[in-house]
This record gives sequence, structure tokens and C-alpha cells, in this order.
Amino acid sequence: MPDNPAPCLLDARQMEVHLQRLCREIAAAFGNNESLALVGIRTRGLHLAERLAAMLQENLQKEIPLGALDITLYRDDLSEMTGSPIVRPTEIPFTLRDRAVVLVDDVLFTGRTIRAAMDALLDHGRPDRIWLAVLADRGGRQLPIQADFVGLKLEVPLDRRVSVKMQEVDGIDGVYLEGRS
Amino acid sequence: MTAPRYLFPHRHLLGIQPLSPQDITAILDQARGFEEVCERPEIKIVPALRKRLVVNLFFENSTRTRNSFEIAEKRLSAEIINFDADTSSLSKGETLIDTAMNLESMRPDLIVMRHAAPGAHALLARHMRASIVNAGDGAHEHPTQALLDAYTLRKRFGRLEGLRIAIVGDIRNSRVVRSNLWLLTKMGAHVTLVGPPTLIPAGIRDTWPGVAICHDLEATLPSQDAVMMLRCQFERGTGAFIPGQSEYARFFQLNPARMKLCKPDVAVLHPGPINRGVEITSDVADGPNSLVLQQVTNGVPVRMAVLFLLCNPHGEQVP
Repeated sequence: MPDNPAPCLLDARQMEVHLQRLCREIAAAFGNNESLALVGIRTRGLHLAERLAAMLQENLQKEIPLGALDITLYRDDLSEMTGSPIVRPTEIPFTLRDRAVVLVDDVLFTGRTIRAAMDALLDHGRPDRIWLAVLADRGGRQLPIQADFVGLKLEVPLDRRVSVKMQEVDGIDGVYLEGRS
Repeated sequence: MTAPRYLFPHRHLLGIQPLSPQDITAILDQARGFEEVCERPEIKIVPALRKRLVVNLFFENSTRTRNSFEIAEKRLSAEIINFDADTSSLSKGETLIDTAMNLESMRPDLIVMRHAAPGAHALLARHMRASIVNAGDGAHEHPTQALLDAYTLRKRFGRLEGLRIAIVGDIRNSRVVRSNLWLLTKMGAHVTLVGPPTLIPAGIRDTWPGVAICHDLEATLPSQDAVMMLRCQFERGTGAFIPGQSEYARFFQLNPARMKLCKPDVAVLHPGPINRGVEITSDVADGPNSLVLQQVTNGVPVRMAVLFLLCNPHGEQVP
């Protein structure tokens, strides 16, 4: 571990505030839309989508369909990875036809993950429209992709890493700025 | 900090013997994701091996293994060349190394090979940059069959560790059994080999000391979670080791009467092709305890997992 702990961009409480706001914005945009569904990108995007779906259900008093998307097989950067890619199942337990799908991910950076996610999603059906919600947009895009719902927006130098921690996987909630990745 | 990432440490899949339990688990876990691809209602294809060239090099006959590999390759969007021994220069006397070097010059990423000689794959692996997948070598190993058997068992029971599995029949001529012995013992299952003494090679416990050997099928069956029936390989001379098919069946055939001795939820496996009425009767092979067709189905995602791991960052260990 480095001597200096990674600077905290959002602590657990602030992260919750941002999630609540994302939920309100999505509810305002889709409150009356019966076709709304959330699809989270594994791993942390899925846990964010689970939390957003729970909040939306409380807010709108209706069931929000939730899916899990694994994009490993659609990535364009596998050869640059240091470990073996791990494929996990995609689970979309509803039909995508005519749906308004909100894709959920933790951090929006180059846009390549989202490009892969859209390819993956379209292999499962033809939604009416795909929206994008992210907890943090850190800039640095390499593709013409933008989010429709953004929690924290900031410009981060390319050699730093914005890392979202979640209780479900990391045992703690928060967003951190880490050193050279 | 992110956890240290797992790296599949092998450049080839020559057999189960070189794999660690972690490697086996990685392949089986990976296969779950590919099973989802195979079960999609519409587009059962992913771009994961786009622009990769796979050569299927079959020096021995095979229908299901070869088809299964080819389907796996197609579902991964790979480019495929099929190379049959009958129609190739091999029938004109070219050596294996010459064939390999010619293939190498076409820059394939993967070579899936079946060959009668146990050392053929290792020989090729030393001469080629492509990753080699063993699709069966003589009576030595058939690693993807053992992996799909393990996947089928793990799906059925949720685990491999502690399972009691009887492997019954023609142990002598079976490459499937060797790969399965490596795999199941590495993963902590309890294996009993059952068959006439003439079909169980002496010294098998020198290699797998934890394995039990029994010549009495009916005594073995009641304690087993799964029974894996092997094909009597008459084309490999099994007939010389048994008094006759009906005599063999009288002692070692899995039939409805013997199913009554088994646990009610026992799983019945068979790597195929089946000699119906010899090692197993049709009503058992097609019955409710049979996982035979699931084995075939699971072969595709398991092979996709292997091909995908070898085509992406991996270690350089040979084998």
C-alpha cells in the first residue's frame, strides 16, 4: 500500500447523496414510462444498478426490471490486460424489445466499456432506446459517448485512476482518486 | 488496491495432468458465462475471437468432438480451417513436423488436434507459436471431455469435492478415463474404477494412489453419487480382453435392475458414442438419471472457455 492513502472524492454519505439524486433524475425522466429497465455492467455497475433499482421502486412504487451485463467477450482491449479475462454470465430476465434501458456503470472514462456494453446489449434484443447513468464521469473520452445521468463530474489527469468502492465487493462505500494505475 | 489477477499459466492444453485445481476451476467458472451465450434465444455468437485463425487438425475420426469444437469456434467468431488427414499431404507421406511447419507459416492462433500418438501434441507444442489444444491423443488424454464431464457434474451437484464417482468399463483403452482421473482426483472427488481385471491396467494406482478398484459393479453402485459408463472400444481390441459382449453385459452393464441399487438421484454419464445394450441399456441411457445429452450440450461452452483463455493473455508454461 502507498504511504499516502488515496484521496477520497466521495465518502459513503456523499456517495449516497449522489445516488439519491441520480435516482430522482431517472424517476423524473421515466416516472410514467412503463418500459423502464436498468442494466448494470458487472461488477460495480451491477451493484449500483441494484441500489438504484431499489430506490426507484420505493420512489415510484413499481417493480423495476434489472439485468446484469458482462462485457468481457466484447472488449477491444483484452490483449492489453495483465491477467486472464474472466467471463461471467449476462443475465437479462426480461425482453429488451421496446424497452427504455438505462445502462449503469461506476466510472465513465474512455467510453470503450460503454461501446462494448451497447454491442453486448444489442445481441440480446432491440431496445427502444439506451440511456447511460454513471456514478462518476472523469473525462478522457476516446469515443463519442456521453452519459445521460451523472453523479460526480470531474476532469482527472489520464495517469490517475478514479476508483469506486462498494460495500458489496470492497466492504466500503466511496470514490477514490488513485495514483498511476 | 485491486486483488492480484488470475493468469492462466499455460500456453497449451495438452492434458489435465499439468493443470492445477485453480486452473480447472478457472475454466469451469469461465464456461458458465459461455453457457449463457449458448442459451441465448437469438444471437448465440460473440465477437471474442474475431480475426483469430483456428485450425482443426484431425488425424483420427471424430464426429462429436470435432463438431463441438467447430461450434465453439463459430460461436466465438473465429476463422476456421478444417484439415483432414485423409485428404491432406499426410496421405502422401508428409511428416507431422512438416505438416506443422507448413501450418505455422499460415500463422494460426490455435490448433485443435486429434492424433493417435500420445506425444504428438507435445512435439507440435515445441515447434509452433500457436497454442495447441489436445482433442484426444490415443489412449492418453482427452482433456476437454474431462472438463465437460466435470462441468456437468458440478452443475448437477454444485461441487466436485467429496463426490463419489464410479467409472465403469473399458479403463484400459480409454483416454477419457485418464483425463478424468487427473481431474477428479485433483478436485477432491472419490473415484472407484470398476471393470473386469483384464480391462483395468495393472499399476494404475501407482499414478493415482487414491483411486479405488473394484470388480463388482453391484457392490459399488449403492454408495455412488455418479456413475460414468465407458464405451467398450471394440475397434481398439477390447474384444480380446473380455469373453464376449453378453458375458460382459451380464456383469458390467448398467441396466434398470442395477439402477435400483443406486441412490435415487444418481447421475449417469457416458462420453459417447454409446454401444446400446452392451455397457448400458437404452432405458438407462435415455432415462431420468441420464446426463448424457447434457454432457454433449456442455461440451460447447467448456470448449469456448478453453479457446478463449488460450487466445488471451496467459502464461508461457509448456505444457
